[in-house]
Amino acid sequence: MRYARPNNAEELKATIRATWALITPEQCHRLIDSMPRRIAAVIQAKGAPTKRDDFNKVQDLKDNPIRSQIVEAFFDRRNFQKDGVGSMEEIGFEEFLTVMSYFRAPALHTTEEQREEIRRAKLRFLFNMHDTDNDGTITLEEYRHVVEELLSRSGSLGKETAKGIADAAMLEVASISVGHMAPDEFYEGITFEDFLKILKELEIETRMNIRFLNMDTTVLCK
Amino acid sequence: MPYVFYLRAIHFLMLCEILSLGYGANVGMLPKATGTSSSNLPQWSPKGDAHPDSGASTLPLFTLNYPRVQIPLEITLWVLLASFAKIGFHVYHKITVWVPESCLLISIGLIVGGIMHSVHEEPPAVLTSNMFFLYMLPLIVLDSGYFMPTRPFFENFGTVLWFAVVGTLWNSIGIGISLFAICQIEAFGVQDINLQENLLFASIISAVEPVAVLTVFEDISIHEQLYIVVFGECLFNDAVTVVLYNLFNHVAELHVVEAGDVFLGIARFFVVGLGGMLFGLLFGFVAAFTTRFTGKVREIEPLIIFLYSYLAYLIAELVAISSIMAIVTCALTMKYYVEENVSQRSCTTIRHVIKMVGSVSETLIFFFLGVVTITTDHEWNWGYILFSLLFTLLWRGLGILVLTQIINPFRTIPFNFKDQFGLAFCGLRGAVSFALAYTLPDSIGPKKLFITGTIVIIIFTVFIQGITIRPLLKLMNVRKTNRNLETINVEIHKRLMEHTVAGIEDLCGQWSHYYWKDKFMKFNNRFIRKILIRDNRPESSIVALYKKLELQNTMEILDSMTGDISATPSLISLHEERKNASKSRKVLPSDVRNMHELLSKNMYKIRQRTVSYTNKHSLPNDVTAKEILIRRHTSLRRSLRAGSFHSPHGNKASQKFLSLPVNSRLPPGRFSHAGDGDNEPEMNLSSVSSMFRHPQRSSSRTTIPLRPLGSLKVVSSSVKVVDEENEKQRGYRSSHLRSSFTSSAQQSSRSLYGSTRNISDEDGGSEHEEQESPPDPHAWVQDPQNNSDMQHPLLRRSQWPPQKPQDE
Repeated sequence: MRYARPNNAEELKATIRATWALITPEQCHRLIDSMPRRIAAVIQAKGAPTKRDDFNKVQDLKDNPIRSQIVEAFFDRRNFQKDGVGSMEEIGFEEFLTVMSYFRAPALHTTEEQREEIRRAKLRFLFNMHDTDNDGTITLEEYRHVVEELLSRSGSLGKETAKGIADAAMLEVASISVGHMAPDEFYEGITFEDFLKILKELEIETRMNIRFLNMDTTVLCK
Repeated sequence: MPYVFYLRAIHFLMLCEILSLGYGANVGMLPKATGTSSSNLPQWSPKGDAHPDSGASTLPLFTLNYPRVQIPLEITLWVLLASFAKIGFHVYHKITVWVPESCLLISIGLIVGGIMHSVHEEPPAVLTSNMFFLYMLPLIVLDSGYFMPTRPFFENFGTVLWFAVVGTLWNSIGIGISLFAICQIEAFGVQDINLQENLLFASIISAVEPVAVLTVFEDISIHEQLYIVVFGECLFNDAVTVVLYNLFNHVAELHVVEAGDVFLGIARFFVVGLGGMLFGLLFGFVAAFTTRFTGKVREIEPLIIFLYSYLAYLIAELVAISSIMAIVTCALTMKYYVEENVSQRSCTTIRHVIKMVGSVSETLIFFFLGVVTITTDHEWNWGYILFSLLFTLLWRGLGILVLTQIINPFRTIPFNFKDQFGLAFCGLRGAVSFALAYTLPDSIGPKKLFITGTIVIIIFTVFIQGITIRPLLKLMNVRKTNRNLETINVEIHKRLMEHTVAGIEDLCGQWSHYYWKDKFMKFNNRFIRKILIRDNRPESSIVALYKKLELQNTMEILDSMTGDISATPSLISLHEERKNASKSRKVLPSDVRNMHELLSKNMYKIRQRTVSYTNKHSLPNDVTAKEILIRRHTSLRRSLRAGSFHSPHGNKASQKFLSLPVNSRLPPGRFSHAGDGDNEPEMNLSSVSSMFRHPQRSSSRTTIPLRPLGSLKVVSSSVKVVDEENEKQRGYRSSHLRSSFTSSAQQSSRSLYGSTRNISDEDGGSEHEEQESPPDPHAWVQDPQNNSDMQHPLLRRSQWPPQKPQDE
């Protein structure tokens, strides 16, 4: 399994299921006993569908400045189906895996189109984290909110700074995507296309990755 | 003017460095030095003795005491010659694009060697073992250690160490053993070389050399992973090589090697490496801690850095642990903290000097290599040398292939075939190899053969691989990374993504480097920074970048003001340069983006030019940008304040400046930083301030007559806009007025002046400045004028050229 590098979410899920089936109940118990951190949220829910509170209880997540966004992402229907709307109250293992699958690394040999697809998926995930009201654009308010959260751990910085930064960032987007604007023009917010455009430089497909498959289960189970 | 001083200071330091090098040589290798000087004495003594002969009792009118200055003088001349060569290459920039500098240096060395050979002159005893290990090597390594891009390095830490340690071991042992096998063949006539000596030679030629390759990587902006792996590998590989070299050097002198010695050797290898790392960490932290207290004695700040790094090196050498490891770790550790503690001038000096001495010693070694190639008598053995060359290439390629296969499953982004080829092909051998071979003790039997072999390998790799690597990589179209990510959005989303990834990792209990980074940053912010940094200000890189961009904008505004003024006759000679710049700007209105960069970066352009492969690699998290920003801001503010004290109109300049759209949004934190700097009397009269002061003062003078009291109308209109904006809080409007009032719209929608006032109240440092100036309509007259000209503060980039004619 370690060497498998699935190309899309379905393949990944299949691989994970196959591996999942291989794990004996005994191993599972040891896994749970020895590594309570692993898939902590799922464990805390004790097999039942996971709720927001379960995520909020995870200790390591407490210090994350954008915790609420991350947790919300797990319940966001848009991350599960193409045109899902709203958010769910509880999720199962499958949803959990789906969210995880956004963080898979690209395979060793990917074509340009695949790369682009992965890019889009990953950026869409980030975009959804911004776009809380699901109207297809990131408005200034939403942007400001995220920036504030991001900077909330840096101590002395006030809300004003965050605001200023969000404003500047927004202007930047406006200048990149719209170009010259008349003074009375009004920039609605960042659409996904603009979002793609402004983050073209950021090689997200090589960065937004978690290596799930590196752990040797036999070692961890000891 | 400050720049002139600056350069002078650097020259002085350089001189000191050279002198110290010279004395070092003198002390270090006294026996050898006297040997060469005595050979030179007969040539010179007639002149020197001429006077004493004629009148020993009288005071000589003119004496020549060459032996006294011989060694430092010769070294100085060598360095000078090498520097001239370097200058020469850059006259024709196209040469260095296609041919690496090291090739050119070796070629020049060959020519000089040829000349020396023809007049039967011996090369000076510059490169001795002590000279190299105590003075030149630490400089070379400090250079690469200090400029190691920290962030990608830690992201690829495992791979780097893997290639550096295991790769070098693989190479040395592989090459050594296969060469030993070759030695058994009678036809080559080298049966007398035993296994230990072969291993020694192999360890010498497995040190790879980064500079040429990294320059190429930088130019074609290859992707980060490959870049950092090559960089890190070369750095740590030096450490491993030197450890192995010492080990084998020791073993080669033993005649009987027992099994116990082998195990001791292996254990020693780890003790030496890890011990060096620990030492480096210790010294790094102590150095950072020391700079916390240098606020009042700025002039010794750079010295502190050098002393501590060198101390780490020497003490590691003293207790015979890896001194390279120590100095590299020391540089890596302290860099982050030190650069925040020291002033910008010191920071620049540190960088400059480190870069300079590093490149000088490297240049010298390459140069010397060329000379030695001609002047020494070689021991040529076709079989041995050609096979060592073959094995060098073979084992490198094989090693990369095998090692990437092993490391790939552990990497998030595995190396593909192209990367592997790149890695294998980048194994140029360079200065360190040559120096190691040249400084072999004479007790090693086949020393001459080893020197010849090393020279052949170096020349082959540097010339053939070095020249072909650029076209090859271009041809193969290796994945590239754009390194100039300078937009706020990218920065924000990078952070967002990192936090998300860290959060998800927390959720599923996975530990990767994001997790560790998160933990380290927390620890760092909570404890280390509090201890080591003078004015601790945890700062997100988003904020840093934001400030930087903001400042760039401000600079532009100031620049454009300068442009206006230079058109007026009031300024004549002082701003010739600026005038030229503004003229050229008019000539090329289309090339706005370039010009923008040019103007905003012209403060530290020198560094960018010299630090070819390090500076372009300024990652957003890099302290460099932040440092530059803060310092620049400080000096900017100083210049403003200075302007305000200079003339009654100065206030207007500063007011105008403060109330400019971009700046009126300044976060309070920013001012407090600047305030710290302002308290120090020494604080940067850098070129920034000197550049701005004149334009501002004169701008205020020139604008007063031009803009009579007519501003109230404008103000009221802008107030209306503000109120309107307050109503439209929800929507985002990219009118610049709104953004300029974001921070203070609630309290100060009455008047424009109120808004500036409000900000200055938040800013503790500059309060009195504001109070000195009465609410004078002149003060902000300029502001509405500007407002009407430019709509978006951040869009000005694309807008200001059309706006210029209106200003004039």
